[in-house]
Amino acid sequence: MSNLLIPNPKEAESIHILREVAAQFEKPVLLFSGGKDSITLVRLAQKAFYPARIPFPLLHIDTGHNFPETIQFRDQLVAELGLELIVRNVQDSIDQGKVTEERGRYASRNTLQTTTLLDAIEEFKFDACIGGARRDEEKARAKERVFSVRDDFGQWDEKNQRPELFDMLNGKIHQGQNVRVFPISNWTELDVWEYIKTENIEIPSIYFAHKREVFFRDGLIWTANEHVYRENSEEVFEKMVRFRTVGDMTCTAAVLSEAETLDAVVAEIRDSTISERGARIDDKRSEAAMEKRKKVGYF
Amino acid sequence: MESKKLIKIATAGSVDDGKSTLIGRLLYDTKSLTTDKLEAIEKTSRKRGFDYLDFSLATDGLVAEREQGITIDVAHIYFNTAKTNFVIADTPGHVEYTRNMVTGASTSQVAIILIDARKGVIEQTYRHFFISNLLRISHVVVAINKMDLVDYDEDVYLKIKTDFEALVEKSNFNTEQITFIPISALKGENIAKQSELMPWFVGNTLLDHLEVLETGDLQESSVARFPVQYVIRPKTEAFHDFRGFSGVLYGGNLNVGDEVTVLPSLTQSKIKSISLFDQEYEVATPGSSLTVTLEDEVNISRGDMLVKSNELPKSEKQIAATICQVNNKPLRVGDKFTLQHGVNRVLAKVDSIESLIHTDFSGEEPTQQLKLNDIGKVNLRLSKPIHFDSYTENKSNGSFILIDEGSYDTVSVGFIE
Ligand SMILES: Nc1nc2c(ncn2[C@@H]2O[C@H](COP(=O)(O)OP(=O)(O)O)[C@@H](O)[C@H]2O)c(=O)[nH]1
Ligand SMILES: [Mg+2]
Repeated sequence: MSNLLIPNPKEAESIHILREVAAQFEKPVLLFSGGKDSITLVRLAQKAFYPARIPFPLLHIDTGHNFPETIQFRDQLVAELGLELIVRNVQDSIDQGKVTEERGRYASRNTLQTTTLLDAIEEFKFDACIGGARRDEEKARAKERVFSVRDDFGQWDEKNQRPELFDMLNGKIHQGQNVRVFPISNWTELDVWEYIKTENIEIPSIYFAHKREVFFRDGLIWTANEHVYRENSEEVFEKMVRFRTVGDMTCTAAVLSEAETLDAVVAEIRDSTISERGARIDDKRSEAAMEKRKKVGYF
Repeated sequence: MESKKLIKIATAGSVDDGKSTLIGRLLYDTKSLTTDKLEAIEKTSRKRGFDYLDFSLATDGLVAEREQGITIDVAHIYFNTAKTNFVIADTPGHVEYTRNMVTGASTSQVAIILIDARKGVIEQTYRHFFISNLLRISHVVVAINKMDLVDYDEDVYLKIKTDFEALVEKSNFNTEQITFIPISALKGENIAKQSELMPWFVGNTLLDHLEVLETGDLQESSVARFPVQYVIRPKTEAFHDFRGFSGVLYGGNLNVGDEVTVLPSLTQSKIKSISLFDQEYEVATPGSSLTVTLEDEVNISRGDMLVKSNELPKSEKQIAATICQVNNKPLRVGDKFTLQHGVNRVLAKVDSIESLIHTDFSGEEPTQQLKLNDIGKVNLRLSKPIHFDSYTENKSNGSFILIDEGSYDTVSVGFIE
């Protein structure tokens, strides 16, 4: 038995938030992308409710363009922890004619996810969606609340947010509204990596350096794959790379890296001078990109 | 696990005193601005025709802000040094100022009050200090900014310091809690490096000062408060009879074996175990999110509170509080709300509004209502007793929010007397 419990302040805050979600909402769900932030959320939720099971399901909005390593990892995690997983596919939204596939050089299913997500929220009547977004990721996120109220259309009204005082969370909502919850709002990318390390949390293999077929465009490294649009003139190379975020293949750029272990990755992040979102192709489209997407319900 | 010290900071200053620039500068000097962000700042600064880097671009996040060049809501910014993690709340300096600063300050241990060296102590400064005093922030740093525009003149600094010290006398602060630092946020003087242009200043740079601060709350008494947030009942084979009570521990330590009283039932028991995840502990320190079990089978639900049996809080249905109105809808006598005290909710009715408090330390006046950004004294009647301490004794157990029954918005924050 260790003697003294000295809190890790960020972990303690996140656990507090997750317990508030379970207590204040009828049908919460954890939005699971298979990335390190949502994996960290799963660990925090385990801690919050131990020895009971996590009292809400995971929801994965699958674009069909995920790295296969991520999907494998997801299924293994769910099986090991006995979690309930719901998967909804962007492909179905496309087949139902609700959204149209993008074409061309920057085609991505990233923005199409929003429709599939909103449909799933409606289908299951989820009133709280827990996500792994962090305020340090992007400037518009810096103003996001921990409990962020969305209307029926999933829209975010940044000028009318409820002030959050002390650690009191107000999750009261009207019929049709739902709340996006961000338990790791106050974590930085480095905090997440250090936590994964101290807690010995398993993460998908693509976070570690590996050989991959890639091509170069706009100063970013893209995966060469049938899902990613590539001009004939864009030559393919085999490189040692890893990913810093794990989204869609079409909007997640790799970084050159030799870091094959967690220690090496953490050391690299600590010294790195390119922000994580710098490797998100969708944000590069415009400086206000994130805020625009948030306003229409993007996660 | 040994985790880094976490210091939360609120900034205060009028429009254009340099809050955003200061935060951008702190990010830059601690190498927390990444290459791509720095490039974006350089590009935009050039586009606007500046011959310097406009660090305020690092924090002014929303489209409307970039268009109007102002900050319109609280933004949280993160940076760290080898020893410390910092979170800064950048709060805008205009109309909705009181609400935003109270919000930012409610989670902060430090307030940095900026003063434009050319303007000195102005009415706004009174308000910023008043709020720091009301919220009992542990440390205040008075950063006298734009020293480059007054030739780094010591007399300017001394005059502002003397003026400010007159304010401190009207407050509950001890002088040790207040630190004066002359800076230039734009030029980086006395931020991370000791300024050679102000050799007359012998104190620490801002960053050094923030790093050596004691984070513990100087003013709170160390009495343990454990509001039950969630009851854990696994109902599995292995944990068949397990009933755990989870929440955050505030104020003081909790030990296995402590004699505790459950409120409101006044049932007594003993702490059987303290755990976080699969680890058990003998002693928990404040700020921990934990789960306890009790020696006896006690009926406990969310909103109840565990306290040591010899340290009972007050339990009352009638409370007197200072509140700050954080919503457009004014508060009037007779209004009904949901009062959220920690994780506990009761109904509340405004019995009377005693006064509107002037935020320049000049006293109070009678009023019929409290409008957005007003601070005033009220008496509330509750549907059930709450178990509280005065805000001066225990911040978490002495504060509450009022939630409007119609909009469900958070309309007020209160500090119990
Ligand atoms: N000369 C000088 N200008 C400054 C200094 N700090 C900020 N400024 C300028 O003051 C203006 C307002 O700064 P900003 O950071 O946006 O103020 P805020 O409204 O408090 O966030 C900008 O033009 C800054 O460049 C300083 O130390 N010296
Ligand atoms: Mg500003």
